[in-house]
Amino acid sequence: MSAVEELFEVTLVVNGVPRSATVPARRLLSDFLRHDLELTGTHVGCEHGVCGACTVLVDGRPIRSCLQFAVTVDGAEVTTVEGCGGADGELGPVQQAFRDCHGLQCGFCTPGFVTTITAYLEEHPAPSDDEAREAIAGNLCRCTGYQNIVASVLRAAELRAEEAGR
Amino acid sequence: MKPAGFTYHRPVTVDDAVAVLAEVSPAGKVLAGGQSLVPLLNMRLAAPEHLVDINRLSELAYVRAGGDAVTVGALARHADVERDDAAYAVLPLLRDTLRHVAHPTIRNRGTTVGSIAHADPAGELTAVLALLGGTVTLRSAAAERTVTAADFFTGPMSTCADAGELVTSVTFPVPEGRTGAVWTEVARRHGDYAVCGTGTVVTLDDDLRVAGARAAFVSMGPEPVVLDVTDAVAGATHDTADWAAAGRLAAGRLDPEDDIHATADYRTHLAEVLTTRALRDAARRAAEVAP
Repeated sequence: MSAVEELFEVTLVVNGVPRSATVPARRLLSDFLRHDLELTGTHVGCEHGVCGACTVLVDGRPIRSCLQFAVTVDGAEVTTVEGCGGADGELGPVQQAFRDCHGLQCGFCTPGFVTTITAYLEEHPAPSDDEAREAIAGNLCRCTGYQNIVASVLRAAELRAEEAGR
Repeated sequence: MKPAGFTYHRPVTVDDAVAVLAEVSPAGKVLAGGQSLVPLLNMRLAAPEHLVDINRLSELAYVRAGGDAVTVGALARHADVERDDAAYAVLPLLRDTLRHVAHPTIRNRGTTVGSIAHADPAGELTAVLALLGGTVTLRSAAAERTVTAADFFTGPMSTCADAGELVTSVTFPVPEGRTGAVWTEVARRHGDYAVCGTGTVVTLDDDLRVAGARAAFVSMGPEPVVLDVTDAVAGATHDTADWAAAGRLAAGRLDPEDDIHATADYRTHLAEVLTTRALRDAARRAAEVAP
């Protein structure tokens, strides 16, 4: 290692807006979003890929932002929980479902659940109860509010279907 | 929980990547999906001086399914292999097994080749590669070589790859003849590391009698174990074979260890039950194969 750490300019399209910052290669995507872009909706829990709180969508697919260097995904499109809302600041269908079903208690894990479920419902718009459980198996809730989170997945699927039917 | 500093390299071709690896060897480490490496970096259990990020090597982002094998390039994500319909058509075992590899979020970034190069004895794909007698292709600045899975895995988390080599692809051969293959495992929660997992391949002859039966295991030893259990069932018809005897034979040959997740006794019990079940299912699949 040289005494001065090399810096890289990283540009991402975050929630539809191009954003850049100059960072060392070891800057994790989670920290890039929170510290460099000041998008603190993405939460950082375990920082080794177990808890799922930091999940964001990269090019539409959910990934653990704590297991990715920002420089690796330079140029990618990223959706964070801030990008999961509806038009005009309304709640998005997943957020609304969490509100309807009391799907959050302390709320720390919620951003990871919202992004994970948003991507899941894109591919599986009508999950069964079992499928809803499996969809969130990679996310931990220390309040253990899983029953209501499963209900939220199913409710979000209903809300999306209603929206599509309008 | 932040990685130590490293010198970052971002090659765009395989030639560039192996040139960089040669230049910095033995201080270089390859970064692909990062789902095993980055946790080690975050916890500072590893602190390589040079990181060679291969995420721009789009020439390695492929899944090629032929009649007799599926070859996976080093930048194909688990999710890409899992979703590949052509690969599923010739070797359904890959998709069936990948559904047990961590969670979809991890499979979106983690690569199949990376998990094999990492050689974690709890990694399902290492066992599948060993079970099928697959091969691993490595490139260095000087040469390319292909080695068998048996030669590639040299111990827990260790392989025969040199510091200057990049694993560019792995090849899973399609088992010959009238065969069926099944993966099954027990984990505390779907997607967690298996307490015990087994993949089985059963081959039947033209009269639907058992001609071959073998099983590979994860979390049952320091490296992928492949056992031939044909002796317990050879010549029996697929629906009357004593699969439980084959399960007992396999379990008796394994020597797992106690850890925080399970005792060795429990693991041995699981191996017997899961092997019996997976062999029976594999035989049923083989019987359904059009002659």
